[in-house]
Amino acid sequence: MSPWLSVVCVLAVAAPATEGEVVLWHAYRAGEAEALELVIDDFRARHPEVKVRVLQVPYGAYPQKLRTAIPQGAGPDLFIAPNDHLRDFIERELVTTARGVPADRFDPRLMSALTLKNESWGYPLAYKTLVLFYRRDMVDAPPRDTDELLATARKLTGDGRYGFVYQASLPYYHAPWLFGFGGKLFEADRLLPFESPAAIASGDFLRRLTFEEKVTPVDISGALATELFNRGRAAMVMNGPWFVSEIAADVPWAVAPLPVVTATGMPARPFVSLDVLYRTARADGSAGAAVLTDALTSDAASLIRARVGRQPVANVAVVHDPVVESDQLLAIQARQLASTEPLPSQPVMQLAWDPYESALRQIQRGARSPEAAFREATARVLVLARPLPKAAPVRFYVLGALLLVVAGLAYALRQAKRAQVLADVRRSGPAYAFIAPAAIGMALLVGVPFVMGVGLGFFEYEGSQVRFVGLGNFASILGTNDYSPFEPMSFYFTMAVTVLWTVSNIALHVGIGFGFALLLQPTWLLGRGVFRVLLILPWAIPNYITALIFKGLFNTQLGAINALLMKVGLPAINWFDHFASAFAANLATNVWLGFPFMMVTILGALQAIPSDLYEAARVDGAGPWRRFTSITLPLVGPALVPSVVLGTIWTFNMFNVVFCVSEGQPEGATDILVTEAYRWAFMRNGRYGYAAAYSLVIFAILLLYSALTKRLLASRVAEAI
Amino acid sequence: MSERPSFLVRLGAYLVLALATLTVMFPVYAVAVMAVSRAPGFSVVLSPDPSLFTLEHLAKFVARHDANGRWLFGRQLANSLVVAGGATALGVLLATTAAYAFSRFRFPGHRLGIASFVVVQMFPATMMIVPLYLLMSALGLLDSVVGLVVVYATTALPFCVWMLKGYFDTIPADLDEAALVDGASRVRIFYQVILPLARPAIAVTALFSFLSAWNEFIMAATFLSHEEKFTLPVTLFRHVGAYGADWGAFAAGSLIVSIPVCLLFFALQRQLVGGLAAGAVK
Repeated sequence: MSPWLSVVCVLAVAAPATEGEVVLWHAYRAGEAEALELVIDDFRARHPEVKVRVLQVPYGAYPQKLRTAIPQGAGPDLFIAPNDHLRDFIERELVTTARGVPADRFDPRLMSALTLKNESWGYPLAYKTLVLFYRRDMVDAPPRDTDELLATARKLTGDGRYGFVYQASLPYYHAPWLFGFGGKLFEADRLLPFESPAAIASGDFLRRLTFEEKVTPVDISGALATELFNRGRAAMVMNGPWFVSEIAADVPWAVAPLPVVTATGMPARPFVSLDVLYRTARADGSAGAAVLTDALTSDAASLIRARVGRQPVANVAVVHDPVVESDQLLAIQARQLASTEPLPSQPVMQLAWDPYESALRQIQRGARSPEAAFREATARVLVLARPLPKAAPVRFYVLGALLLVVAGLAYALRQAKRAQVLADVRRSGPAYAFIAPAAIGMALLVGVPFVMGVGLGFFEYEGSQVRFVGLGNFASILGTNDYSPFEPMSFYFTMAVTVLWTVSNIALHVGIGFGFALLLQPTWLLGRGVFRVLLILPWAIPNYITALIFKGLFNTQLGAINALLMKVGLPAINWFDHFASAFAANLATNVWLGFPFMMVTILGALQAIPSDLYEAARVDGAGPWRRFTSITLPLVGPALVPSVVLGTIWTFNMFNVVFCVSEGQPEGATDILVTEAYRWAFMRNGRYGYAAAYSLVIFAILLLYSALTKRLLASRVAEAI
Repeated sequence: MSERPSFLVRLGAYLVLALATLTVMFPVYAVAVMAVSRAPGFSVVLSPDPSLFTLEHLAKFVARHDANGRWLFGRQLANSLVVAGGATALGVLLATTAAYAFSRFRFPGHRLGIASFVVVQMFPATMMIVPLYLLMSALGLLDSVVGLVVVYATTALPFCVWMLKGYFDTIPADLDEAALVDGASRVRIFYQVILPLARPAIAVTALFSFLSAWNEFIMAATFLSHEEKFTLPVTLFRHVGAYGADWGAFAAGSLIVSIPVCLLFFALQRQLVGGLAAGAVK
């Protein structure tokens, strides 16, 4: 152990000071990250006096890291993020106003998207919008309107090929049609109902593409769109500028603006999203940060982004650069920019994406008419946008809490008197000494955050304002409000799914784990070690990797599982369209992940059984089954109890699998309680208080469960002994 | 275990194991194929094309350097090893002592103590991150490897304590009492009698601590703000972005991240197989 500790100490001491550095965070990757590195290298060469530290944060952790670190003063001076969280950033006071760079450097349309309350809140570095990519070997001329699009796509569909591919279930990709058909999302800052006639017309168009004419496949992810395009199985793809870096070198491709919607004569209008350079409070008064801001937004840096990262840039001066003008992608992006809608930054939009996506999925597979699907989505947003609980009388709650504490103390004192606890405590010095290190660590690092988390459940955030709401969050969770408890939106539905999820998982983990452990136990087995290592592998691989891989295996179009089904003559299944199959996909993933843990536990317990017990039983004439039920089971059982209890808790709270594999589909039905809590905390405008209350409810359920099992087990174990 | 079943039974066992192993290995195989294929994506898995074979993804992952010419992969591998190793050492040390006390002593707070070790795990971990962040910030342990060691050791602790207590309970208390009669101290009994007997269980808990620390991503990504302090999973997720992912690189990284853990299990499974307890408990 000592070598470890010494290394730890060295690393702790070696932590460099951060004073005077300018810190920049971003979540770019691939070409965009390369371009940024070049800009930074150039800056370092020109400004050796400014120390810059750049951190590429993994996208999956980025928003949360920004929200946590910046209020603690541990955030960056500058950071690059998209504009859809702009208002959230402002309300949480994560960003300050943009100062020091002349605004006329940038395209005024883009700059205006960053202007709120008569102030600018960042600088646009680049913009992204959807355009039409097509294979020149399959499509002669890009379609000018949606009729042509359908006709061309129809001709090129068949034989495992699709005429027109895009991620049709994502609202971001449906927006061009919605706005092209004349639909609207907002009036002033108010979210409109989704089921307008124009929106229904756009839904009918989606239904035609995917369900009636089947020229557009369903269940498409970004990776699959790329793959279909590269393999000549997709003739046209609607995608953003990032798609370019994924197109294989041997594919003859070209790009065109999105077609005009024939029915209205208006061009399809995609969203335009911005890569924004934001300043935090740390940057105020920092000369280095000002110099870096200027350099990052300069025309020279912009040119590097355009040339190396092939990013459509926001600087006016760069638009007419010969290199940029001759780049087909950038030229088309600039043309498309003329008919775009700014990506909404209204907080309520964060609640709208998921229900809207559900509606699109239902339309795609023909399960509902566009009108019914959009109507339901509107209703769901209303449920999600439930009003924050009212402020509660603090005095009343403090009094209640005090009474509880007094009652608890009185009870403890009475117990203590009766049991002569003091004498026992004095006698138990060695026991406490053994426990102290673990107890102190747990109290500090688990106990304190736990108490903070529990406390948070009684508060609610509104921007950076916090207020006490007492039991309001709990009432809102447990009350069914105005929707049915048998709907996926309701707490009770999610809870039933969670219980089903936990029970089926544990049964399979223990069953399969026990089977393998018994198979791997006998000494006559050749290659025992090899089998053991191979069967443990699922446990060794991080579960988020497994989840992503399984998601790919279950894919409708290219997944290995559907390929196998088709090979044996069965029809392919849209795994995530139905509750049962989506649940099964989650279950398969988690069983794959979870059985090795039980297997190892059981193997460990089997090792501890003295072999002469078996020999004695054999001498007494007990058969294999008798030996299993009379020796193996009773002796493995006690060692398995903690694993099963803990396994239950973990499965109950198994976030990664559900969140990555089914993503709650269909319509949030496969979500479990912990993924719901996560959505409230991080995807629905950061309602931490509500999420904490949700977590507390989860905690209470598990507490009840463990109390019950303890009671049941106590009698069972007593019998066995 | 001297009895050798009939040929048919053995053949059946081998067949079941072989089939199960193949099924279990399929996703692992999928990762491996994606890691060494030039064409990105999932369809290579079903029709691997030898002409697309490349070591580029693996090489790129390993060869990463930062602007100052420092070998980032090497540093991050070292960080991961230190963090996971440190968390394991600290976790096992704390867990064995606590579990021993819970198994062998009855004292005021005994039941409450055991219960609280389980109970704290019931609160969803995702909701603990923000409070933990504030705490680490207050302790000055943010953005440090030590902070992660401490956090990981304590998060794995409840499992380890429970696991070990369950195992210690199966070791007869007669052994302790005999040693006490012989004049041994509690510390000595713990160190010289119980620990050696519990080696299989300690191996399991060590493996568990190591795995959970080694694989953890979200806390590491939230707490650490210097790239040279990152652990490997954080680096791995560089390849998954807002607008798509580089699956070849991600698979290559996954493969590399998983290798040390597989080696560790291979080493530790001999401990598990040793069956030390079987001979000693009479």
